[in-house]
Amino acid sequence: MVELTLPKNSRMTVGKTWPKPEGATNVRAFKVYRWNPDTGENPSLDTYFLDMDKCGPMVLDALVKIKSEVDPTLTFRRSCREGICGSCAMNVDGINTLACIYGLDEIKGDVKIYPLPHMEVIKDLIPDLTHFYAQHASIMPWLETKTNKPATEWRQSIEDRKKLDGLYECVMCACCSTSCPSYWWNGDRYLGPAALLHAYRWIIDSRDEATGERLDELQDPFKLYRCHTIMNCAKTCPKGLNPAKAIAEIKKKMVERTI
Amino acid sequence: MNFKTDRSKVSGLGSAKSGASHWFGERLKSVALIPLTIIFILVMAPLIGKDHNVVIESFQNPFTSISIILFFLITFKHLEEGLQVVIEDYVHSKGKLLFLIIFNKLFCWTFGLTAVFAILKITFAG
Repeated sequence: MVELTLPKNSRMTVGKTWPKPEGATNVRAFKVYRWNPDTGENPSLDTYFLDMDKCGPMVLDALVKIKSEVDPTLTFRRSCREGICGSCAMNVDGINTLACIYGLDEIKGDVKIYPLPHMEVIKDLIPDLTHFYAQHASIMPWLETKTNKPATEWRQSIEDRKKLDGLYECVMCACCSTSCPSYWWNGDRYLGPAALLHAYRWIIDSRDEATGERLDELQDPFKLYRCHTIMNCAKTCPKGLNPAKAIAEIKKKMVERTI
Repeated sequence: MNFKTDRSKVSGLGSAKSGASHWFGERLKSVALIPLTIIFILVMAPLIGKDHNVVIESFQNPFTSISIILFFLITFKHLEEGLQVVIEDYVHSKGKLLFLIIFNKLFCWTFGLTAVFAILKITFAG
């Protein structure tokens, strides 16, 4: 059945409160989820304080500052710091987002930072995305063709290219899938909004020649039809995309080919 | 020890190649139930507190009787399909899942057909 409470070893405890920066007048508290697989202890919520006059504007700036100046053991993923790599996806102030493009001024009060929800945690703010990536691989995220390869490139009209807008921008950060209750309950079988958005990106691609096979693979009560248009995916996407709409378009295609 | 790859776990037993008709059927029935529910209320509301004979007489009209039969058939079929989705969402043990899906079908068909039988009895036997 659905798990309504956290397993015993996942329940949060009160963590360490780190000292406030000396001489600072503009201090802000950051409550950050900590879990170390090596200690065998339950996860905790550590409290850090930063001098905001000496901190960058984004959540990631604060995390980097904590790691550099307060606690080097704090562990998180980051790379591009401009919302294009998708590495720093985490739950900030109750919303799944990219820490690098989420402004600290958008948050009222203490800044609460957790890993992406309902995923196994590797350490601190790092979730295990192995299954998520395998789901993406399963939708064949590449151009599948049967016609002989053209001498130059596969041609596409401007109108057909426009159909990929709102889909190709996905950076696979997993914010949408991990915000979806259906993915929480049935993530082992339901592909989730991110993989399905990518599936639609290839279904709608005018150059692709495997549309039927792609739809065949998706026509499944669990892989596709666990989406109940809850819309958390669209609400949380840090890139402003709408995976729920892409899934609805796939469902429409499924009906279209039967009538 | 399980050495299955993640890709293999995701593939599972492959696509069931079904689900579209369940999904589309559920939506079609929702739309059909909008006029049918209005007709049901319009037929039944004036009959509240009326004589047995008045009720029987109103069901002699084929439009009334067929509309109410359709209302019950579609309502219970819609209920069955909707509940199945809820069960699939929340029940993860295979045994419980199979039991509940069968029980759900049995429950909905029994009550749906009982309602249809009652309407037919009122229509033809009074």
